[in-house]
Amino acid sequence: MKDSQHKLWEVFVQAKTGAPHEHAGSVHAADSEIALQNARDVFSRRNEAVSLWVVPSDQIVASTPEDEGPFFDPANDKIYRHPKFYSVPKGVRM
Amino acid sequence: MSSKISNLTESHLFEYLLRLGDDRLILGHRLSEWCGHGPILEEDIALANVALDCVGQAKSFLSLAGKVENKGRTEDDLSYFREAVEFRNLQLLEQPNIDFAYTIARQFFYDVYSYFLYEELSKSSFDELAGLAVKSLKEVKYHVRHSREWILRLGDGTEESHAKIQEAVNERWRFTNELFEDDIVVESLSGEGVVVKNSNLKTSWNEFVTDTFEKATIVKPVNVIDYSKGSRIGNHSEYLGHLLAEMQIVARSFPDAEW
Repeated sequence: MKDSQHKLWEVFVQAKTGAPHEHAGSVHAADSEIALQNARDVFSRRNEAVSLWVVPSDQIVASTPEDEGPFFDPANDKIYRHPKFYSVPKGVRM
Repeated sequence: MSSKISNLTESHLFEYLLRLGDDRLILGHRLSEWCGHGPILEEDIALANVALDCVGQAKSFLSLAGKVENKGRTEDDLSYFREAVEFRNLQLLEQPNIDFAYTIARQFFYDVYSYFLYEELSKSSFDELAGLAVKSLKEVKYHVRHSREWILRLGDGTEESHAKIQEAVNERWRFTNELFEDDIVVESLSGEGVVVKNSNLKTSWNEFVTDTFEKATIVKPVNVIDYSKGSRIGNHSEYLGHLLAEMQIVARSFPDAEW
């Protein structure tokens, strides 16, 4: 069956100036301007954002579930990957 | 109320505030009819958002109207317990939604008018009115952006969308003359710097609409016979009564109910 919805866009919301844009969800829209307006209506109706990004969902390159093992295996057996061999001076935030 | 405002001005001001309030109440109600029926989920939310803004603005203007009238009527009394002939909204705004194109055409005509109106009312010598205009202008900037973008997309979209928006524009155009009419109420208040003459807004409105239509490849209607007359003195089309029946039934069935 053909998808009758418009194109999908991922929405990133910045809560205050200087903060990172965080993924909030997605909206359907035929083009970028309408996507931005829809994002505003769906994710910032109550002043949640100072800035919005919309990105076509098909432009996002994502890892697949099958990647889980080899892709993310932190190689815990190689202890030198973890910087734990020096003492942290007092007052330094970790 | 400031004491320098005369009784006559007060009655004109009451009348003018009713117009502002009723326009937005009726338009907001019409838009709310889309709730759950929007063409797509996101647009459903967008229309409901605009509806909420309209009703919110109506509440402020009608509440202020009640204060100016000084007979103890609240915004709820004014909304739910007046008859159609007492309503002062433009006939354009009570027209049924028909479809998305008709809804957008009506909205665009009024959003653009509202935008230029609020710009001027922000400078009103009546502080409460100026304050409400500043606040509402922020919302209407978004409304214009929303309806204008849809005019562009429907007009310059597919053959079908173009035909639909062109038909809607042709059909609704005849109601737009009334936006720019002045009467004794507007003229006396504008003389005191409280409001702006509607006729002063026509050039800006026309330029904005013409420019948008050109970009949208929509043909501006010419030689349209205008049947809409006297909205501001309570002349309405058959549609207002039905709308009010639905809008007022609960408040009238349970007069003192609170929710």
